[in-house]
Amino acid sequence: MSKYTMHILVCGGTGCISAQSNEIVEQLMFHINEANMSEEVQVLKTGCFGFCEKGPVVKILPDNTFYVQVTPEDAEELVKEHIVKGRKVERLLYVDPTTEEVVSDSKHMDFYKKQMRVALRNCGFIDPDNIEEYIARDGYAALGMALGMTQQEVIDEVKKSGLRGRGGGGFPTGLKWEFAYKNKADQKYVVCNADEGDPGAFMDRSILEGDPHSVVEAMAICGYAIGATKGLVYIRAEYPLAIKRLEKAINDAREYGLLGKDILGSGLEFDIEIKFGAGAFVCGEETALIHSMEGMRGEPTTKPPFPAESGYWEKPTNVNNVETFANIPVIFLKGADWFASIGTEKSKGTKVFALAGKINNVGLIEVPMGITLREVIYDIGGGIKDGKKFKAVQTGGPSGGCLTEKDLDTPIDFDNLLAKGSMMGSGGMIVMDEDNCMPAVAKFYLEFTEEESCGKCTPCRVGTKRLLELLEKITHGKGTMEDVDVLRELSQVIKDTALCGLGQTAPNPILSTLDVFYDEYIAHIKDKKCPAGECSALLQYIINDKCIGCTACARVCPVNCITGTVKQMHVVDQEKCIKCGACMDKCKFKAIIKQ
Amino acid sequence: MSCESCNNELANDLYAQLEKFIDELPEKRGALISVLHKAQSLFGYLPKEVQIFVGRKLNVPVSQVYGVVSFYSFFTMIPKGKHPIAVCMGTACYVRGADKILDVFKRELGIEVGQTTEDGKFSIDALRCVGACGLAPVVLVGEKVYGRISTAEEVKKIISEYQE
Repeated sequence: MSKYTMHILVCGGTGCISAQSNEIVEQLMFHINEANMSEEVQVLKTGCFGFCEKGPVVKILPDNTFYVQVTPEDAEELVKEHIVKGRKVERLLYVDPTTEEVVSDSKHMDFYKKQMRVALRNCGFIDPDNIEEYIARDGYAALGMALGMTQQEVIDEVKKSGLRGRGGGGFPTGLKWEFAYKNKADQKYVVCNADEGDPGAFMDRSILEGDPHSVVEAMAICGYAIGATKGLVYIRAEYPLAIKRLEKAINDAREYGLLGKDILGSGLEFDIEIKFGAGAFVCGEETALIHSMEGMRGEPTTKPPFPAESGYWEKPTNVNNVETFANIPVIFLKGADWFASIGTEKSKGTKVFALAGKINNVGLIEVPMGITLREVIYDIGGGIKDGKKFKAVQTGGPSGGCLTEKDLDTPIDFDNLLAKGSMMGSGGMIVMDEDNCMPAVAKFYLEFTEEESCGKCTPCRVGTKRLLELLEKITHGKGTMEDVDVLRELSQVIKDTALCGLGQTAPNPILSTLDVFYDEYIAHIKDKKCPAGECSALLQYIINDKCIGCTACARVCPVNCITGTVKQMHVVDQEKCIKCGACMDKCKFKAIIKQ
Repeated sequence: MSCESCNNELANDLYAQLEKFIDELPEKRGALISVLHKAQSLFGYLPKEVQIFVGRKLNVPVSQVYGVVSFYSFFTMIPKGKHPIAVCMGTACYVRGADKILDVFKRELGIEVGQTTEDGKFSIDALRCVGACGLAPVVLVGEKVYGRISTAEEVKKIISEYQE
């Protein structure tokens, strides 16, 4: 590896691959060969850099130059100018939107300045398909350290770090390990939950794609600590790239003696098998996940018994999420005290968020617990898209709630988010602006939970359906004030009586938006208006006097409801209009408004 | 006639491959979901006959097989179109207008989500987050990803790419 003097890192996360990063790698290699420099320059496809908004991202080491929105056609120029002549390609560098200055080094970009990468430490730095690169960054050293400690010492170290489960619940990880350790059985299991079902979240996938060995190593450490010889990764079949890289990581680890019968000559036995999910959100719930791994419908069962007592095939099972595992090796390498020094009193370490929605810098970020929303949205996220007004940020996905302007300075941690009526969840963070209608957002989430409800318990199966019907009524302008009371009451009943986490948290998006955006519900019910202009049933497309009669709108209308002669103002027939908005997109004169 | 017989041959070959996969499993207990994954990758979908075959081979009641197939959204009992269209309905895509894009696809092709056009060319699915949120709203046709699709015009252009 040392023979190379320069490295070109190309982001190989799903977002960038969707934007042709594979072709960029090919082109770069081709032009490096042309220039006879393949001995000195290495082209690497890495995991996600996080800055998805400006993808595909290409980074050149050692000078740390950060190129954004690169296309395969740019490869030739990058090689000829930067690599051969040492001149940066100015037009592909990142331009800070506020100062309008070119920032060539990623360390100086606002997007990265406030981040702290612990779980994502290797994502975007190493080739995830090469175990030696992971080892070169102290990979598997933590496993070696753990094997030199007693099982209880390993568990105590994790307890001392204060690490809490990153999958949503926030249960102390060390305590969970201890329960599984203390239950005696002939066989125990370590399970990694990689069934990331929260729509709009891609943290776990990015870790598995960018740094699969950190999860493999952590599972082996856990296996040693609780006394399990078998590990299972439950992963969504929809994540082909993550599966491929994880499979390679497991095989390579076996070859290097880091998995198998006699790990590092210590006599420890541990191996990992991959189990495929098949698309069911409820399988994020650990009992449901275990049933799914057993080949059955992924329906939850009541706890207790907890999986730590009776889990996979009724044996003690410890289930942790991908991001939780990714934190484990660092705790051993840098010490529990170091880890516990980051974050707030009760939430230690960092959290990875998938920042998306109406924000300038969409991407994967990792920040210390206790950072404020304002820093995340305005400093890292670069503010709201198109200069619109910030309205709310939704955290915790379908189980969470909305935070608004007044919460911008609250430090983000498990307990503060709960107190604000939302939750940490797995780390989806969706930013919304003035154009997003909050009752419609609540409806969007209820459509999701209603569809994903497994149907086992009545409160969730029937309750989510009734909640959705009420929201449909309201967003169609047919709601009554009574409906709001029913929404509240029914939500409470479901929260109190549903069997598992999915049902118990399903009403959260409603309760939270009802709390914070009550006025919007009232506007839909009393005034029959959607203030954000999103609910199409309450909207009309109207052509105003800016119309010059170009007929473009009439030609694009799929139901021919726009009439008028050339050079005369056109009119929309409201009876026939299906409110698709095609005319408004087409009009060059801003003559069509919706109200 | 000849066409039918070669169809049968094709199906027999697929069943043989599935049977081999099942016979070579180290453990049949708990293998139902992985067998169904294999079956769907071979047949493209999971019709009744395949479900019965799987049930017999694994010694599991067909009702249980059907229970699993109908539970998970990844499994389908309807054959997908030649060009399966999937509109991402993850939250990031939704807040950037993916629902409107989905409506245009439905209107243009005259089918609902989960259906296939009569000529078998297109099917529409709503996906939950492909993870390319920087490109929202995202549309997939087969494996190809189309990002930042925001107007009806762009939707029509995508469809026309696949109309021979």
